[in-house]
Amino acid sequence: MSEEHLNTTLKALKDRFELADSAVMKYPPTLEVPPGQIVQVSQALRDEFGFNFLCELTAVDYWPEEQPRFNVVYGFYSHANNVRLMLRVPLNGDDPSLPTLERLYKGANWHERELWDMFGIHFEGHPDLRRILMPFDWEGHPLRKDYPLGYEEPQFTFNYDEIDKRKHHARYEEA
Amino acid sequence: MAEPLEVDYQELKHLVSERALQGETVLLNMGPQHPSTHGVLRLLLELDGEVIINCIPDIGFLHTGIEKNMESKRWEMAEVMTDRTDYLNNTGNNLAYCLAIERLADLDVPPRAQAVRVILVELERISNHLVWLGTHALDLAAMSLFLYCFRERESILDIKELCSGQRMMTTYFRPGGLWRDIPAEFEIAVRRFLRMFPGRIKEYDALLKKNPIFMDRTRNIGKISAEDAINLSLTGPVLRGSGVAYDLRKAQPYSGYELYDFVVPIGTHGDVYDRYLVRMEEMRQSLRIIQQALDKLPYGPFRSNNRKYVPPPRAELGTSMEAVIHHFKLWTEGFTVPKGAVYVPVESPKGELGYYVESSGGNQPHRVHMRTASFLNLQALPLMCKGHLVADLVGIIGSIDIVLGDCDR
Repeated sequence: MSEEHLNTTLKALKDRFELADSAVMKYPPTLEVPPGQIVQVSQALRDEFGFNFLCELTAVDYWPEEQPRFNVVYGFYSHANNVRLMLRVPLNGDDPSLPTLERLYKGANWHERELWDMFGIHFEGHPDLRRILMPFDWEGHPLRKDYPLGYEEPQFTFNYDEIDKRKHHARYEEA
Repeated sequence: MAEPLEVDYQELKHLVSERALQGETVLLNMGPQHPSTHGVLRLLLELDGEVIINCIPDIGFLHTGIEKNMESKRWEMAEVMTDRTDYLNNTGNNLAYCLAIERLADLDVPPRAQAVRVILVELERISNHLVWLGTHALDLAAMSLFLYCFRERESILDIKELCSGQRMMTTYFRPGGLWRDIPAEFEIAVRRFLRMFPGRIKEYDALLKKNPIFMDRTRNIGKISAEDAINLSLTGPVLRGSGVAYDLRKAQPYSGYELYDFVVPIGTHGDVYDRYLVRMEEMRQSLRIIQQALDKLPYGPFRSNNRKYVPPPRAELGTSMEAVIHHFKLWTEGFTVPKGAVYVPVESPKGELGYYVESSGGNQPHRVHMRTASFLNLQALPLMCKGHLVADLVGIIGSIDIVLGDCDR
């Protein structure tokens, strides 16, 4: 029953929007959707095929690749048919932006804020797109691959000067 | 004369109403160091008298960059960080992460390991619900229950310590099975708990279920309809309290849950009281699952025999050159996982816990994202508390059962 529903959904979507299977995802079944079509595909999923639940929304950064640099991953679930389906949207690196899904799925609100915060992906039409996890005046988008993972470097004699040059503001100054 | 309390809300100013800016309504800052926000949750409340007309949650105070950190650690090292997200559901996080790796790498898990995983995860569910019950009742001024709940939780932590040597951050589940086999005393300890606990649930129910003060403060409070709950991506007891029987253990079984007989309790009104009833029944059902899993606990290996992912037993190191090589490779560079991505959801005590794990073929994850129930369930708070009194807000927050470590990651 549920398997059948999934197959008919996949086939119908592929035919109507000319989509292809995603090469990356192993589970659940995933379609690759161009950025312009994501709202129409989600609308069809929700209204016609009963995928009433947005279970996952995240992104992956493939830096230094630029085109596409990001993949945004949407996960859908249907309560009536007990099936799961995902969509992947490739996005280019310069000024990545997508239309919001907030009007279809209210639950997308915080997910999209998180993606803006962590990856700098802009969601057009989002009612309140601001940082959610980082402080509101933070600069940069931490989960991008070109954002360095900060940690304390131990200073030894061989690298003392080099680190000191970068971190002189943190040095203990004798009065 | 005392100065009026100044609320610093510059970054949230565009969200409060015109009336608040003109001083007709009161802005109240709740948290982030408020005991009944269960961690470091900050709420900006807009009040008309004592009635909440708007609630703006502000999260992120416990953000520790776990997802970023995991990207620079080897697969087996990154697992240690999954414990630290939800500190009341450590084994559940381990389980989801291990299941994701196992699915990516087509790694088999022996039946014994699966059954032990189920037992520990269900014990963890009870322990999570005990902390929820204790703190929730404490928020609603039932002091003694808090002490009882933590007493029983202690015996669950003892069982975890028996298996893994750790009370909370166990990392006992490893890709391919368990870290080590369960000790001989495990079964005795769990059976002792199974005998003791049903009586204790009765005690809790006797204290709360028909308690008029508790019922006054929870019935018809924080209502949410099934449609709203689904649209807001709610899961777990909050969704089931609204009457949607969505439980991943039943809907899409993992780790051998299809072998056990249990019921998914649902509520009807979707209020705080129904969520209380659902969680109490869930504890009883968890006991049933543990009983069944323990009764037919299979013998056999406790971890996979795939040496590319699972270290060889100590005894082999003295006799087999191959085992020494595998051991050396695993503890120096770690294992590699084939290229690909999976999304694996499990039913955590708070709702759907999904791990999106992507591998680029190396010995470190390319991306790990945790779809945590606390994060998404908290999103419904403004809708739930609109029109209620400030005093009811603590009950509503308690009934969502958030852990801020899980929420902010």
